[in-house]
Amino acid sequence: MFGSTAFLVILLLSLFVFAVPEWLKYYFTLGLLTAGIALSTSWCTGVLPDAGQTCELSLFTAATGTRMVLVIDSLSAFFILVINFTVLVGFLYARGYLEPYRARMNALRFSIHYFSYLWLWISMLMVVMVRDGLSFLIVWEIMALSSFFLVIFDAEERSIMKTGISYLIQMHVGMFFILVAFLIVQQDTGRMSFDALGEYFGRHRNLPVFLLFFAGFAIKAGFIPLHTWLPEAHPAAPSHVSGVMSGVMIKMGIYGIVRVLAAMQSDLLVTGVIILIISLVSGVLGVMMAIVQHDLKRLLAYHSIENIGIIGIGLGLGVIGQATGNHTLSLLGYSGGLLHVLNHSLFKSLLFFNAGSVYLAAHTRNMEQTGGLMKRMPWTAILFLTGSLAICGLPPFNGFISEYLIYMGMFGSLSGANLFHSILIVGSIAALSLIGGLAIFCFTKAFGIVFLGEPRSDQAGHAREAGKSMIYPQLATAAMIIFIGLGSPLVVKPVFGIVGQIWNLGAQPLVSGAFTANLAQLSLAGGIFVVTVAVLLLYRRYHLSRRVVETGPTWGCGYTAGSAKQQYTATSFAYNYNHIAKPLLQTRKEIEEIGEDEIFPHGRKFLSHSDDLFKRHLVDRPVDLVSGLLKRIAVMQTGQIRHYILYAFVFMLLVLLLAMLKII
Amino acid sequence: MAGFVLIAVAAFFFPGVILRTKSIASGRKGPGIFQPWKDIAVLFRKGSVFSDTTGLIFRIAPSVTLATVTGAMLFLPFAEQKAVLSFEGDFIMFAYLLALGKFFTIIAALDTGSSFEGMGASREALFSMLVEPAFFILIATFAMFTGYTSFSVIFNHFFITGNDYVLIYSIIGAYLLVQIAMIENSRLPVDDPKTHLELTMIHEVMILDYSGFDKALIHIGTYLKFAIYGSLIYNLVVPAGWNVILQTGLFFAVQALFAVVIGFTESFRARNKMNKNPKFILTLSSIALIAFMVILILTEKLA
Repeated sequence: MFGSTAFLVILLLSLFVFAVPEWLKYYFTLGLLTAGIALSTSWCTGVLPDAGQTCELSLFTAATGTRMVLVIDSLSAFFILVINFTVLVGFLYARGYLEPYRARMNALRFSIHYFSYLWLWISMLMVVMVRDGLSFLIVWEIMALSSFFLVIFDAEERSIMKTGISYLIQMHVGMFFILVAFLIVQQDTGRMSFDALGEYFGRHRNLPVFLLFFAGFAIKAGFIPLHTWLPEAHPAAPSHVSGVMSGVMIKMGIYGIVRVLAAMQSDLLVTGVIILIISLVSGVLGVMMAIVQHDLKRLLAYHSIENIGIIGIGLGLGVIGQATGNHTLSLLGYSGGLLHVLNHSLFKSLLFFNAGSVYLAAHTRNMEQTGGLMKRMPWTAILFLTGSLAICGLPPFNGFISEYLIYMGMFGSLSGANLFHSILIVGSIAALSLIGGLAIFCFTKAFGIVFLGEPRSDQAGHAREAGKSMIYPQLATAAMIIFIGLGSPLVVKPVFGIVGQIWNLGAQPLVSGAFTANLAQLSLAGGIFVVTVAVLLLYRRYHLSRRVVETGPTWGCGYTAGSAKQQYTATSFAYNYNHIAKPLLQTRKEIEEIGEDEIFPHGRKFLSHSDDLFKRHLVDRPVDLVSGLLKRIAVMQTGQIRHYILYAFVFMLLVLLLAMLKII
Repeated sequence: MAGFVLIAVAAFFFPGVILRTKSIASGRKGPGIFQPWKDIAVLFRKGSVFSDTTGLIFRIAPSVTLATVTGAMLFLPFAEQKAVLSFEGDFIMFAYLLALGKFFTIIAALDTGSSFEGMGASREALFSMLVEPAFFILIATFAMFTGYTSFSVIFNHFFITGNDYVLIYSIIGAYLLVQIAMIENSRLPVDDPKTHLELTMIHEVMILDYSGFDKALIHIGTYLKFAIYGSLIYNLVVPAGWNVILQTGLFFAVQALFAVVIGFTESFRARNKMNKNPKFILTLSSIALIAFMVILILTEKLA
């Protein structure tokens, strides 16, 4: 009872963000946030170690008699921890990030920003805790609204406002699907709640309602082809918000999918195959589109789609495992997916924070204008490198662990599988390895172009390292990344427990025991690797200390007047790739050819741009079509009263006519 | 442990054998078999020159890359002996460790700010990305055929099934591994290590700015990687149950044969046109799919 009162107090106090003096606002919000995080984390401690326990909190009783109840089971607890960590780190980072904005924005803007940030966090917590359908939709809506206000924080630019509106619309399309799904369940069972799902699924075909839920949640999560809001909204938002949105908010979609999957009872195989195929497409296309981006944050946004794809591959495999009675596959697939939720929240938020630091220092997100930042911002560079290695799934970082689990599920299920299953799994293995390869291509490009070489613009040349208050929180995230990478058994075991409990997987203790041993070996291999690197580097240092070490210019093939402009750019790095991927990506070039009679060519521009095919055909085309149609109808709006009276007259005539013919 | 040591020993002769083969094939007297290692000894004695543009990444990359290669060696078994580290899914770690090395080689090249090295980096990134699915499909067929997911156990059970047609699969697998090794080590027909023009290089152009100690580490890494792939090929064609002394002999014979094949390929074949390479590499994935079909038939899933 104590917990719920405290929680309500925090909710009420959040209003005072508007009242406190300007210098106190940040710390006031931070205080509330820390208190709330401590509180909600304490709820989890009772639930996590002993999977199967749930913790119930009655928040308040409405006048109508319905109680607002928060239920925390192990799945909620897992998501609460993921949310809390990234939200806190993001807010600590925000202090330094928002510094330059203080001069040009008034206090009210900041109040709205902090208030929305608090409520984004609160709504996400509630999303994973409420079970009642109506309450769920309300907090889901609050989440969309608060994140909308966060996205448009910097809305001096019209384009950002436009992006925000488009985001809001797409979120509501998603909500509509969820609402319809809940209503169908309510029609049948009389209850509108996640708890009623099991009852409904027990009596009816599972697939249609699942697809409705999936469509709704997939818009939030960003599965292709429902991802179109994501690469627009993430770059527009301030970086700490992008980090939180990409790190945890889109995972709320995954949470919803997991809740629904946990209740499903039939149609499992087809569901699993659908999820798997959509996820594979999201994974491969997401990273393929990421490679051709010039905007660092947009590149990261497309990578979120890829990682959501990887999470989805895990979940899809889990469902297939359930359908075929292969509990090991289920356990590994679901655990890999869930662990990737945690992992992605860490490295993606870290990368977004870094991108924010780069933006503050170099005043651009365009990679072609950066370069050589590692010398100017060493800490940011090392953190970005950590994040890049982790997101590529390379050992000994955390991304590898979740991908390893998913791979193991796939490899392990191959030997006894039938023809269809074998082909599906081998295809998925090939796709996942391709995703890994493409991610390496993408992040060698991102890291190499932004941080290495020489600065490509004056702004980049004058960049300064981000402040300490921005670096320290990121170090915490990086430490978590390495901790999960090297100490994986400690983290994976609870995840196994959660998965085993949600889906009642009988084989769980046996498999998780054997797997923890494998993971321990994995940690050992990682440890050996780290030690080898350390030994080699120490010896190298000793070795070079006794040799002549000089510096000179980079080898320019004999040409000594090379400039920073001659370096490889992001576009040229991706040129080869672009050549192959052209049919899928439709990159456009704009160049004015040199005419034959032009003896002294004047200055020219070269533009290359890659559209998102899905956005063009799924969003832009239909919207253009509808608005074109509406514009044509708008001729009727003449602004002259006599015309309107005529319309009314014609309408009444029509009604009369139809009534006479007994049509209405 | 035996696997680890034998690979290290094989790496000692490997580049020399390639070199000798090429000399003989082109009718030259050529350098001796230990010339590559003598070159490395020279590099160790020399000092280093670093470009002003480069920073930390450029300096740590060779050490990291070598560590990934030695790390990958830990997973390879020999005969019936288990590898130093053997656990379920060790081949995933194997492949991803090598990819980590690639990552560092690529960003080290970008660290120099040279357009040549950027070009090489871009090509290497693309080609190694395209080759990834072929390797994973291949090990998926291993896992599917034997039912195990660790190099040591897979190779121990490879020939036990008593199905003589396994040999067909072994040959396809060995062919694939040879090709993958050529791409991963940037040799013909994808890349020509002896080309003299920066514009046509891939791997060599990425390490243009290295000298002394770091360059020696890079070369050692390449030689070890050859022997690693040689050892994989060996495990695929020789049953693990045979006599150990015979096997030791056969191990070196297979490694030598592999080196000779590389030497002959490089003597009689021209490098692919650069924009043909992606097609060439993707063909490997389709050959891997053929290996998959063979396994489907062998395990009687596809009759």
